[in-house]
Order: sequence, then structure tokens, then C-alpha cells
Amino acid sequence: MVAKPTVRHVLFNPVFENNPIGLQILGICSALAVTSNLKTALVMSLALTLVTGFSNLSISAIRSQIPSSIRMIVQMVIIASLVIVVDQILKAYAFSLSKQLSVFVGLIITNCIVMGRAEAFAMQNPPKLSFYDGIGNGLGYSFMLLSLGFVRELFGAGKLMGITILQTVNEGGWYIPNGLLLLPPSAFFLIGLAIWGLRSWKTGQKEPAAFRITSHVRAESY
Amino acid sequence: MEHYLSLLFRSVFVENMALAFFLGMCTFIAISKKVQTAIGLGVAVVVVQAITVPANNLIYRYLLKDGALAWAGLPQVDLSFLGLLSYIGVIAALVQILEMTLDKYVPSLYNALGVFLPLITVNCAILGGTLFMVERDYTLAESGVYGVGSGLSWALAITALAGIREKLKYSDVPDGLQGLGITFITIGLMALGFMSFSGVQI
Repeated sequence: MVAKPTVRHVLFNPVFENNPIGLQILGICSALAVTSNLKTALVMSLALTLVTGFSNLSISAIRSQIPSSIRMIVQMVIIASLVIVVDQILKAYAFSLSKQLSVFVGLIITNCIVMGRAEAFAMQNPPKLSFYDGIGNGLGYSFMLLSLGFVRELFGAGKLMGITILQTVNEGGWYIPNGLLLLPPSAFFLIGLAIWGLRSWKTGQKEPAAFRITSHVRAESY
Repeated sequence: MEHYLSLLFRSVFVENMALAFFLGMCTFIAISKKVQTAIGLGVAVVVVQAITVPANNLIYRYLLKDGALAWAGLPQVDLSFLGLLSYIGVIAALVQILEMTLDKYVPSLYNALGVFLPLITVNCAILGGTLFMVERDYTLAESGVYGVGSGLSWALAITALAGIREKLKYSDVPDGLQGLGITFITIGLMALGFMSFSGVQI
């Protein structure tokens, strides 16, 4: 058994050391689709952080009552109900935003972060700690999402949260926007580069190569 | 007929589930190291998608949609807020039933699919397909075509990626980029390639 995790540890560890997107490969789908501007990224990460936190809290609170054979379904139902609450709130107070996010709010249900943390952490730990773990992983996800949204909106459209920062040429300014950053594939490149950066900094996260390339060997002369 | 053909083409190439909407990315990246397993998973996704999208379409149109309960004498009832909960329930249940049926009647296929079937419940491409079907208000026939097409698109993408990754492991990648990093960049390039289909219509 590892040393008992502390609140501080579960809250901040996922941000850099064990980032859900960068290392655990969880929850990538939505990270790509909603980051073309900062506002949707912000709403999405807020929604996901809350859902993860509260689903961990409630699953952990009833963890000794759940029979292990149907635990997936129980978790699904709890998560789906929380997502419905978020979806209804968004529809009521920010309708245009919820249209923009389209199916991705609903897809929080199958976002592997929520499910993965419920399975890996909340089933074994007390409610309070699990809540912080959910929030912590949500923060790790938000960190990645917000940095992507920041870069993509600033350099792709010259704006942040819809406010012009770099005046583009079309509007009589000087900045020539990089249209590629608004297209979906750029999110892959940016995440790839972000992972490269993160792993050069925290070298323990590197993966070993499957094959090593040896240097050229000169053939024997006949 | 032409309408369905164009819908099929659009859902396979133009609106590729994995490379244009980025759905099912977690499994897409985790299970794409070998072509063999990738094909197995791809087939499973096509089968499940082809069943769940029309099934959810029936549920949406006859139970949940605004005014859909008119046949039961309740024209004012709008249950659409229960959508997410019912769709995920249907998917989980169908996957379970499919698993048991295959185990009983087609054990060879069951063994070939192996652990991939239960994994599909949490694959967002499946739920995503259903949600797109609801958003675009497809009819039953359209949703069948869309289910098959979107499943095929995901299978196509994961097989292609697995092929590339099998070759890629022999190449000299910078240290920090090894593994996950280079996979992301590969997918990015594939997505750029698939963007060239946009605007193509038949």
C-alpha cells in the first residue's frame, strides 16, 4: 500500500506530474473539439471539473453499497444524471454557448476522465479525498484545455474571449492570422508539442523506444 | 437511393468520426499499436453502431421527442431532457446483450472480439453517433445508414493509424516525443489529409 494520499497531493499532482491528457491518455476527444476559442474551452473545463468532482464524491459515498458486478451501470447512471444537470443549466443560462458546444456536453458522460477516476480512485477512497481528486484531475484537464484554447484563439483569430488583441489584416491591423490554428488538426499538433515539452521537463514520463537505432556499420570489404 | 448513398459517403469520409470530430480518441490511441487488434475493434464498433443508432432513433422518435408520446394520449409531454440517460442505458444494455448472444451462437466471432466489446460502452464515438443523429433529426432509414457509415469511418481510421504506427516504431523519434507525442502528430497529419474530402459530394 502506498502512503496515504494527502489533499494537497491529490489536488495538484494531476496538473503536471500525472496530467490526464498528457500522461494517462484520458479525455482527449473533447480536448480537441472545443479548443478553437477560449470561451468554449473555459465552459467545457468548468463543466468537466464539476462533474468529475461531484461524481467522485457521490460514488465514493456509496462505494461500499455498490455490488461490483453492476458497478459500471451505477457509475454511468450517476454521471449521466450530473451531466443532464449541467446540460440543462447551460441551456437555461447560456443557450448560444450550449449550441456551440453541441454534442460535447453530452459526451462528458463517456469522457474517460470521469469514468476512469471513479473506477480508479473513488471506489477505494473516502468521499472528501475523492472529491478533491476529481477536482484535481479536472484542473489538469482544464490546464491543458485552456492553454490550447489560448494559443489557438490568439494566433488563429487574433482574439481572446472574443476581444481583439492582435488586430488582423482584414480589420485594418497588422497581424496576419494563422488559419491553420482554427482548423481541428492543429489541436493534435499542439497537444503533441505540449506533451514533448512536458516530457522534456519531467523526464520521468518519457516512454522507452521499442527499437533502438544503431549507428551505421561498415560492411566488410571483400 | 442516391440520398442514402451520399449520406453514407459523407459519414465515412467527410464527417469521419475519428479524424473530423475526434470521437473515441482514448481507445483510438490506446488500441492502435497492432493492425490485427485494430481491425477487431473496428468491426466491433461497426456492429454496435449499426444497431444502437437506429435503436436510439426509435426511442427518440416514439418516447422522448417533444410531443412524441401523442400515441399514448399525452401530446404535451416532452421528455427530451432524459435523452442522455436513456441513450447511454440503451448502449450499455445492447452491448451486454450482443456479448451474450455472440457468446452463445457465434463463439468464434465472440473470441475474436474478446475484450473489445465491453470497452465499446465507454467509446464516445458510439454515444456521439447517437447524439449527432438526434441533433440532425434523421429518419429511421437515414439513421441506419448513418450508423453503418460512422462505424465504418471509425474502423477505417483506426486501421490506418495502426498501420502507420506499426511502421513508425522502427523510426528514430526524439526522446520526449516518443510514443504518445508522435502519435498525436501522426493523427494530426491524417486529419489534415482527410480534410481534403470536405466539399466532395456525390
